[in-house]
Amino acid sequence: MGTSNRKPHIVGVGQSEYTKWGGIKDRSQFQVTAEAIVSAVRDAGLKVTDIDGFTSFSNDTNHAPLMQVALGVPELRYSAMVWGGGGGGSCGAISLACAAIESGQADVVVAYRGLCQGQGQRFGLFGGDRPHSSFIFPYGLFAPAQMLAPLVQRFMHDYPIKPEHLAEIALNARANANRNPNAVMGGKELTKEQYFASRWIAEPLRLYDCCLETDGAAAVVITTKERARDLESKSVEILAAAHGSGTGWGTGPLGSHNMPTETYCSTNNRRIAKELFAKAGLTPADIDVAQIYDHFSGLVLMALEDFGFCGKGESGAFVEEGNIRWKGGKLPINTSGGQLSEAYVHGVNLMIEGVRQLRGQSTSQVENAETCLVTSGLGTSPSGAIILGRS
Amino acid sequence: MPYFPETMPQPTPVMYEADFWNACKEKHLRFQSCADCGQLRHPPTPICPHCHSTNIKWVDAPEEAEVFSFTVVHHASHPAVKSKLPYVVGILTFEGMDGVRLVSNVTDIPTDQVKIGMKVKIWWDDIGDGNFVPRFRPVESK
Ligand SMILES: [Zn+2]
Repeated sequence: MGTSNRKPHIVGVGQSEYTKWGGIKDRSQFQVTAEAIVSAVRDAGLKVTDIDGFTSFSNDTNHAPLMQVALGVPELRYSAMVWGGGGGGSCGAISLACAAIESGQADVVVAYRGLCQGQGQRFGLFGGDRPHSSFIFPYGLFAPAQMLAPLVQRFMHDYPIKPEHLAEIALNARANANRNPNAVMGGKELTKEQYFASRWIAEPLRLYDCCLETDGAAAVVITTKERARDLESKSVEILAAAHGSGTGWGTGPLGSHNMPTETYCSTNNRRIAKELFAKAGLTPADIDVAQIYDHFSGLVLMALEDFGFCGKGESGAFVEEGNIRWKGGKLPINTSGGQLSEAYVHGVNLMIEGVRQLRGQSTSQVENAETCLVTSGLGTSPSGAIILGRS
Repeated sequence: MPYFPETMPQPTPVMYEADFWNACKEKHLRFQSCADCGQLRHPPTPICPHCHSTNIKWVDAPEEAEVFSFTVVHHASHPAVKSKLPYVVGILTFEGMDGVRLVSNVTDIPTDQVKIGMKVKIWWDDIGDGNFVPRFRPVESK
């Protein structure tokens, strides 16, 4: 991956306050995003004028050229966005930044996402222009929960995956959020009884199987190893980044569900996982902690299998044995509360938590964590993941 | 009366999707296939991903389908579906038509009785202006 001095490192992270949907009313989404970028750059010990690249994803409406002007970035040498809706492109935005850094097209790239759903599109509702919408909207398949629920349904039909296993994903996230004062659900406990008493959204997904709808922005600053060395901030190495989409996925579950049968019950990450671990020179057993995109609990279970933390169909047993719990579990996941309980910033908040873990700053700190897997949105096209390493 | 109220979003096909919906106007469920290599594909695309031919042949689907997966929707993400909650969206496969699935509704059955592997049969929902949408009900019911 490029010459060793240009190996990409995350040197700064920044986030706005996270609030419930519609909670940020005093400033525009653009402003909140700009503030998160400034705070990430300050965290890195850099100046805003050092930025020379921006990446984002999911049709981010916070346009990079406008961000450049708003922040007074003198020269934009690189700006790029990943195709595809929702959070599927989050790690792709890091891939793009890495490509720019390694190839020398830019030296300081900020990957960002601002999402104040009270001000713009609300992902959980019917939204006007999806590709292949004619093949889903007339049947009432409007929102991601409904679109991804059939994957979970089939997954639970084909393998020994039980409602209790879905519950464990939600309960773990909430328990971690309860230790995180910045989590939207930080102060709210969730019991198994409350989980099972909650209403259905789209069977087999209940209310607590679905991510929060929140307002917030988050940003990550990436630069070269050489530059990172000179900064006072604690940097984290990007050991590997990969994104893309499998054979025949197209719009996948967000369209008319015409993925190949072999990959139907998957996160669209099996090839990506192989490539990622090979690039990093690691195996799943080497991963200390993971931030797995938790838009819907069932897909997190699939990801545990697709990324090789357990065998096919074994994710239910894996979580039942306490393996994802902080602390003591083999692989604590979503240690900030994730998107089920911290905030829904299309996965950039998960990256920030990955950095906190490797800096030793998490509120659910995994002792001596040296590696962290972070994934993009799952069951989407594209999807992807990154592996972070303590440097 | 259409299955969903009139405010329900209707098909708004792009150019190469139009023939699918034109066939529906005649109450024919047809999938796109490559006229040269026979590969089926759905949703419609302009070029065969296998041999890259642009010649298209439309193939009739059988009247019966199988439920490959489904969800029971309990939350109205659009005001039009409020009166129909809960409703079932099925992912359907057709015998002899490998490689294509259809998203549609499974109707006329208590939602807790829908099962993967269940056989369903097409019915045509008249949504007005000469347009029809294919929906399905269990084979046993009338
Ligand atoms: Zn062909």
